[in-house]
Amino acid sequence: MTIQFKKETFRDDFTFSNSPEAIRRFPFPFDKDQYMYAVNIEQHMPGPEKSPYEFPIDIDEHYVAEMEDRALVLKQDPLRCQSLPHMITAEWDLVELLMESMAKNYPEHFQLTRDGDRWHWVNQPLGIDQRFTFGDTATLPCPPMEYITRQCQGDFNLLDQRHDNLWMDAGIVTTQADWSLDFDIGMNFMEWHAPVPIAHDLGVFDRALKFLLNLQQGRPVRRLNWTMTINPRLDTSPENYHKWGIDRTTVTPENVGNKVHLRVELQALWRLPRSNAIVFSIRAYLIKMEELVTIPKWARRFHRVLRDLPPELADYKGLTRYRETTVDWLSKYDDGAPTSPGFFPD
Amino acid sequence: MSGGVEIPVRVSRVEQATATVKRFSLEAVSGEPLPLYSAGSHVVVTMAAPDRKIKNPYSLIDRAPDGSTYRIGVLRTRDSRGGSAFMHERVEVGTELSITMPVNLFPIVRTGRKHILVAGGIGVTPIYAMAEELRRQNLPFELHYAMRDAASGAFADELVARHGDKVRLYRDDAQEIIAVDRILWRQPLGTHLYVCGPEGMIDAILAGGREAGWPDENLHSERFMAHVSGEPFSVRLAKAGVTTEVRPDQSLLEAIEEAGVDAPYLCRGGACGQCETAVLEADGELMHHDHFLTEEEHASGKKIMTCVSRLKGRELVLDL
Repeated sequence: MTIQFKKETFRDDFTFSNSPEAIRRFPFPFDKDQYMYAVNIEQHMPGPEKSPYEFPIDIDEHYVAEMEDRALVLKQDPLRCQSLPHMITAEWDLVELLMESMAKNYPEHFQLTRDGDRWHWVNQPLGIDQRFTFGDTATLPCPPMEYITRQCQGDFNLLDQRHDNLWMDAGIVTTQADWSLDFDIGMNFMEWHAPVPIAHDLGVFDRALKFLLNLQQGRPVRRLNWTMTINPRLDTSPENYHKWGIDRTTVTPENVGNKVHLRVELQALWRLPRSNAIVFSIRAYLIKMEELVTIPKWARRFHRVLRDLPPELADYKGLTRYRETTVDWLSKYDDGAPTSPGFFPD
Repeated sequence: MSGGVEIPVRVSRVEQATATVKRFSLEAVSGEPLPLYSAGSHVVVTMAAPDRKIKNPYSLIDRAPDGSTYRIGVLRTRDSRGGSAFMHERVEVGTELSITMPVNLFPIVRTGRKHILVAGGIGVTPIYAMAEELRRQNLPFELHYAMRDAASGAFADELVARHGDKVRLYRDDAQEIIAVDRILWRQPLGTHLYVCGPEGMIDAILAGGREAGWPDENLHSERFMAHVSGEPFSVRLAKAGVTTEVRPDQSLLEAIEEAGVDAPYLCRGGACGQCETAVLEADGELMHHDHFLTEEEHASGKKIMTCVSRLKGRELVLDL
């Protein structure tokens, strides 16, 4: 299975789009016609063929373009990638997890050869051929977490576990929905979730933390989260709010289909073997409204979810300014027919 | 979610380390390398006794560099419910067992500036692994190991050989005791202490730490409870529609498993919280032995940790 990598941008002229195959495999996050917070965590087991859950790490047609966008972000703002000194063992754990998974599931694009500590990594789409000594940072062109995450779609955070809490002590974050690693680094699980409304009262974070503290090696878990983004911009960071915040005022009934995007995060968590740390990966998928409505079930359902969303959730997700315009546009694709259960297209 | 991934293993070596401690080397039946783990981890070993399955947690001492074996140490205990006796009497080279993936409930705090490891008796097994990891990472540590007498120090010689004067040994029969106030005196800020051993020793060391003004966050202990036996009682599982008896020699969790219900668990030692179960009715008094629930939760009578706690009374009804 060879992936045709697209040439496209996530800034300036925004040439990003999804192929029909990419639309069909989009991780649509609603299994019902309404949405509320839940601890929607499930085992990160292999899912249906060609779905984004088929393999632990999903590589798709946007891979090369996303890696180019990440390099641009890091060039302008090196603080998007940070790691506290005690996380170096976890960094190497992450190198192993990502290289093993990518080489095993996409052998036509990535190859890994291991001879004890001497490793040989080949990344064909990005033209990389690297020999290095596992565990010896000096043998890589940059620190291990940065090295491998410049070659893997999705943001990655490494959470240290101590004092019955999780601490965000390392990460690379360039495709985020308005949060900042530079601000959150060193915070614990309760601290970095503090701004989320409603969920605290539901006890969601207490339960999620207890669950994650017991996350086992070999049993990764995943969940979906979602928001919306105007223009297919991956880097919607607080640092760059001045560049993208104003986009929210540019939505008109005429441009909803092309400008408004559903943004879904496939979040996965793995227990790492050597460090006992947890990897928290956040992989963002974007889909335009005009792409979304090509799946009739998703058009009906998303119209209903967005229309009936509690106002405090809409505010927190930053949708308030363009929600009504978008709901009006989507209503043309909702004939009121019942929708089938589950996430997948009919 | 219950125990998770199980790995079939075969015993490849048995060492009589002391009169009461045996060390077992385990290799994967598949021949695959065993998973890497962080120091302080344990596995739950499943033993197939003729009449039942026994599951006991054991700390991992070490892993061969090529991943071919794990080592665990087992003390023969008098009040054993059968696990340690089974390991000592029935398990030999070639015996097949099953283990869970490693789980770490006793990790080294990686932000620590220095680490003080304190072990008593068989509590040395996770401490042995921690010393090895600290040595590998070239981090400052000291190790204090108390044993009954020279002959019962299962790991004393190996520890001294590997870590030299970082190791201090204490023998009960020579009236040598770990003077916690002297150890904690003038340690650098950011030092962490880890203790594993008999209940009374852990309590004394932790109390000493608090008296010395150490914050709770810098004091760590691992306790595995052995005394979960008690009087028999009956348990009804409301969702499964099953009623069964809990014998004196088995835990509530074991009785639930024997009844064919897949209940959640992880550590089987009252520490991790995974087996927390809602109590619907209790005709009797709940005997809580876990270290997970708060005192208020114990008093509420609404929750029970099935791995170590039980009922003193007639019937318990659980939301399982």
